[in-house]
Amino acid sequence: MTTVAEPAIKAEPTDAELMQWYRQMVLIRQFELRCAQSYQQQKVGGFCHLYVGQEAVAVGSIGAIRKEDYVITAYRDHGHAIARGMDIHPLFAELYGKRTGCSHGKGGSMHFFDAEKNFFGGHAIVGAHIPLAVGLGWAIKYRKQDRVALCYFGDGAINQGSFHEALNLAGLFKLPCIFLVENNEYGMGTHVRRASAVTELKLRTADAYGIPGKDVDGMDTLAMYKMVRSAAEYCRQGNGSIFLEVKTYRYRGHSMSDPQKYRSREEVAEYQKHDPIGRLEKVLHERRLLDDAKTSAIADEIHRMVEAAHEKADADPMPDNDDVWTDIYAQPFGPYR
Amino acid sequence: MPVIQMREALNQAMCEEMERDPDVFLMGEEVAEYDGAYKVSQGMLARFGPMRVVDSPISECGFAGLGVGAAMVGMRPIIEFMTFSFSLVAFDQVVNNAPKVRHMSGGQLNVPIVFRGISGPGQQLGATHSWTVDALYTHVPGLKVVIPSTPYDAKGLLKAAIRDNDPVIFLENESMYGNRGEVPEAEYLIEFGKADIKRAGTDCTVVGWGHTVLTAMAAAEELKKTHGIDVEVLDLRTLRPMDMDSILTSVRKTGYCVTVEEGYPACGVGAEIAAQVQQYALDDLDNSVVRVAALDVPMPYSKPLLQHVVPGVQRVMDAIKHAIYFQG
Ligand SMILES: Cc1ncc(C[n+]2csc(CCOP(=O)(O)OP(=O)(O)O)c2C)c(N)n1
Ligand SMILES: [Mg+2]
Repeated sequence: MTTVAEPAIKAEPTDAELMQWYRQMVLIRQFELRCAQSYQQQKVGGFCHLYVGQEAVAVGSIGAIRKEDYVITAYRDHGHAIARGMDIHPLFAELYGKRTGCSHGKGGSMHFFDAEKNFFGGHAIVGAHIPLAVGLGWAIKYRKQDRVALCYFGDGAINQGSFHEALNLAGLFKLPCIFLVENNEYGMGTHVRRASAVTELKLRTADAYGIPGKDVDGMDTLAMYKMVRSAAEYCRQGNGSIFLEVKTYRYRGHSMSDPQKYRSREEVAEYQKHDPIGRLEKVLHERRLLDDAKTSAIADEIHRMVEAAHEKADADPMPDNDDVWTDIYAQPFGPYR
Repeated sequence: MPVIQMREALNQAMCEEMERDPDVFLMGEEVAEYDGAYKVSQGMLARFGPMRVVDSPISECGFAGLGVGAAMVGMRPIIEFMTFSFSLVAFDQVVNNAPKVRHMSGGQLNVPIVFRGISGPGQQLGATHSWTVDALYTHVPGLKVVIPSTPYDAKGLLKAAIRDNDPVIFLENESMYGNRGEVPEAEYLIEFGKADIKRAGTDCTVVGWGHTVLTAMAAAEELKKTHGIDVEVLDLRTLRPMDMDSILTSVRKTGYCVTVEEGYPACGVGAEIAAQVQQYALDDLDNSVVRVAALDVPMPYSKPLLQHVVPGVQRVMDAIKHAIYFQG
């Protein structure tokens, strides 16, 4: 079995970084709550998967990598997009199907993209983007760049063939990829225990693909940061890929139409006691970066920001019918009719 | 006669066949404890237990192939894809293993499997989740492709599919699960390759299947009301085998033919029908066959764009008027 480098990096985040992450996590949560409201008001169509409860994962991990690194994720992508620094107005606009959306209203909730920010989506077919992350890693290695590819997916995606083929390739070619499974215990209504023969996910890649696995508390922003910092360093040094099992939990249903009969209210409440935002707040209190007045001032400010972005997106124009013909080819040609 | 929903008709078909034949089982994502993502398998776990109503991990290639393997030794699996968009992850199993084992074994083996689930543009799910797979699977020798438009047809066709000795692709539609219709209590099966005239008429033949039968019916009623145009709506019910005889008979009567599909025009089912109708009934046609299909673009998320891409009642009415040279 491959030995795993212990976190070598002792880097501590600065006060400014901690405060920025805190604001981002509050922003993600408020964005998601506004989404839920907009979904009820039928401003949002299709499937919409909220990130509430998992904020520390995206924020802590993206906080640990660089702008030039690549990020790719599945359909539960709002949190990653915001953590990657995407402006929330084009995100609301995308959800509302507007032309001003980050994907021109073509993609919707599950397909947020921002090429400039090296955010490669938003992918709705479970497991389908994991090989793409390997391609990003391949390009990095081929071009001898000092970058990593950070790939998020759910515990459900681990059982797709694409995961296994992709990880073998990454292990074989020693590509600079961080495979980060957000183990929120459920794939839709199916608990990991009912879906995976080996439920300790971190054990699944070392012997099989030569990719060391580690686990980390995904409700703890600082732990996330430290783990991903050292994972990225491991990749940058040419050691190959790393696999992180992140223990987290989603507070809301799988998507907006999920009666959640597969879990109890008590179970959800138990996890909410370890709320990632509350935990970071505590750290910030201890470091005297935050007090109650400041907490509510930040909440108010972000609330206004979210409402303003939502209202602006809501007022934006819908695309024209002719827009269906764009964003298909580099040089459009006469379609079949 | 009891009036039930499409999803209940499908549920009854599966339950009756499972009572009848212990080799029938259902496997798919969320089919058991969740009662089905669209509640088609409601109550089946409680009734048949976890060996016969089985939740699968998200491993389409794996469980589709598991079904084919079990069918090779005589079991009769019903494999549910949450949507046929996800069957593309299992494409090799569906288009290579299932339909070709009989052929490649020189007829020693057969694969009596049903792959079922929803297909169609859906409700704003984006390009990868919105496949209409009719033409993809109709292309493949060795498969059968079934697509009901009413609860009655759904039950009779699904029971026939489960008893069929070849692999069957059974296409359902999310927006139709709640549709109600009369379904007799007594057992019946519907033979494959028999189209059904859902509305008799004399002025133009409109060929639909699955959801587009409903679109065609609505267009027909509207044209009757507004212009007195009398449309015949033919529901193919199965795309492979395809009942060309019924299409030709109808076209010979009306002289005009319009096909309606939610899949793409390029190499589509409508293209196949048009080619055959023009080949075998040219002398009886008073105009070329007119195809109505989705626009030739990936399915967009935005609602107005999606509505523009997917053919609706207005586009079908326009096509019929165009086909029969109707002015006004
Ligand atoms: C190939 C494929 N099969 C099924 C689905 C339907 N589906 C969407 S999300 C999901 C559950 C995924 O769970 P997980 O990977 O744990 O991610 P989470 O939703 O918990 O973030 C399923 C079954 C899909 N999108 N793609
Ligand atoms: Mg999960």
